[in-house]
Amino acid sequence: MGTYILRRVLQMIPVLLGATFLIFAMVFALPGDPLAGKCGERPCPAAYAAAFEEKYNLNDPLPIQYGKYIGNLAQGDFGETYNGIKVSEQLKERYPVTAKLALMAILIETIIGIIAGVLTGIRKGGFLDNLVLVSTLVVISIPIFVIGGLAQYFLGVKWGLFPVTVTSGEATVYQLLLPAIVLGSLSVAYVARLTRTNLVENLRSDYVRTAIAKGLTKRRAIGLHALRNSLIPVITFIGFDFGALLGGAIVTESIFNIPGVGGYIFRSIRSRDGASVVGAVTVLVLVYLVVNLIVDLLYGLLDPRISHD
Amino acid sequence: MTTQSTKTRSQGEFTYTPEDGRLLEVEDLYVEFHTADGVATAINGVSFELNQGESLAILGESGSGKSVTAQAIMGILDMPPAVIPQGHIRYCGQDLLTMDPEQRRKTRGPEVSMIFQDALSALNPVFPVGWQIAEMFRTHRGMNKSDALEQAVRLMERVQIPGARDRVKAYPHQFSGGMRQRIMIAVAIALDPAVLIADEPTTALDVTVQAQIMALLEELQEERQMGLILITHDLGVVADVADRIAVMYAGRLVEKAEVTDLYANPAHPYTRGLLESIPRLDQKGQTLAAIGGLPPNLMRIPPGCPFNPRCRMAQDVCRTDLPPLREVAPGRLSACHFAEEVIDA
Repeated sequence: MGTYILRRVLQMIPVLLGATFLIFAMVFALPGDPLAGKCGERPCPAAYAAAFEEKYNLNDPLPIQYGKYIGNLAQGDFGETYNGIKVSEQLKERYPVTAKLALMAILIETIIGIIAGVLTGIRKGGFLDNLVLVSTLVVISIPIFVIGGLAQYFLGVKWGLFPVTVTSGEATVYQLLLPAIVLGSLSVAYVARLTRTNLVENLRSDYVRTAIAKGLTKRRAIGLHALRNSLIPVITFIGFDFGALLGGAIVTESIFNIPGVGGYIFRSIRSRDGASVVGAVTVLVLVYLVVNLIVDLLYGLLDPRISHD
Repeated sequence: MTTQSTKTRSQGEFTYTPEDGRLLEVEDLYVEFHTADGVATAINGVSFELNQGESLAILGESGSGKSVTAQAIMGILDMPPAVIPQGHIRYCGQDLLTMDPEQRRKTRGPEVSMIFQDALSALNPVFPVGWQIAEMFRTHRGMNKSDALEQAVRLMERVQIPGARDRVKAYPHQFSGGMRQRIMIAVAIALDPAVLIADEPTTALDVTVQAQIMALLEELQEERQMGLILITHDLGVVADVADRIAVMYAGRLVEKAEVTDLYANPAHPYTRGLLESIPRLDQKGQTLAAIGGLPPNLMRIPPGCPFNPRCRMAQDVCRTDLPPLREVAPGRLSACHFAEEVIDA
């Protein structure tokens, strides 16, 4: 187990290097001049431009720039934005908001999705089953910006059930509730369907028949024996989804004016702020890799047939 | 080998006392499967009984209804599609089919228990084997976790699993096929049931392991004086363990006899065909006798005797009249118009 984790952590290094280099190269290749508009209507003075280019290593070729960046990163320095703000400060401010939103969305999708999946799975073909099947299909087919916009307009503006947007400063749980529901709604559909399919399949399995033959109650045979097996793929899905949500939700964040990493990356790309983009993405890649590792370890705990030796 | 020691068993407020050692009576049982393609009659008026300490083998090909019979007794048929339009399954005089579902659930395990063909899929892959055995004590006896696990270790030792105490926390996939079937047996005998149904317990195992498992079952049956129903298609497996044999074909009992009588002189052409199809060492190099044709489609069982299209002795009467199961010799039942001729042949 220990060697497995060590091996996985070591594997993260090339992945992290590759991912950051790709992002770095893409930002490098973006057209436009970071100095444009820096000094108002006039072009910047030559001395300022030189100092600026020197500070951000803009005159070096790509590999040298990347090398210097990684060197700083290894020492925990994420660099500065072109406005002179530390990227690490920016991330420290925004990451908790994204994490909070992701956690809320995951909770919503897990609880509602699994309950819906179980209820429909044990009464396959019933009214509730068809209702959930159709409504999840609708949710899956509608793009998130439509759901987000509609939810904001009806639930927020028109009926006043939820705050319309997140006000500046701290994003409270209450303010993040509607965005979390919107963000979770898509995954609720997947979780519900995944749970249902697996449960229906496992209810026909030999070990559930054994459980009945052992004189267990129906509740125990289904709720423990069948469900325990059915939830293995569901929890894996939820884990990976959590990793993806921690990367920020650009659309949802911009609809609800949430100061998270998704919006931050989006704005940084538009202003060609390489340091911010690469810094944020590096953290995202790292978080994603760690979440992946945790999901894989969890998978081994849930299913003893999978060994990590 | 029947003993008449009558033990009274009680589960909660219910008491089960076999009368004259009679544990189980299946009477005129029908099971149908209602599918989109039509109704398949899997069991067609089957009757038999089982006494304390007795081994009854139910023999038949795939699709003959032997497993469905076992599942009907156990109450683990999927209903729907399965329907039991008529018949009785009496355990110690009480009809399991009309029993309150909760009361019947409580008979599964302490009264009637079952082991399955493929122990790998019949055991839950995500729980340790000891936990799965202990579950019997926790559910039915309300025992606490550590006591139940201690019982599980004892049972694993009883079914001769080496290093039982160290392996109680291991998972089914970490055992060999034979050891897994021993664990399945430990689960089934945990609460000392009066009736044990073994549905093809050795089919998924290799030959040497088959013999060990059968020996273990025989030993446990004698030790605990259980009534054993052994479902199999393997005549070789039956010979050593069973006292009586019931042969099934297309959902009907076609022959019922003491094991020695049946092997010596089968009273039904189907049984004779089965016996002739056993490979024998003294007939090396000869073509293996086989019963030609296939069992009938259960949605369209032919009129008359269901075996007539495959029977070498079939006459006109076989194609029109269904032969009833009748006594053809003392203690011997056969459903063949020409049973007497078959016995003498």
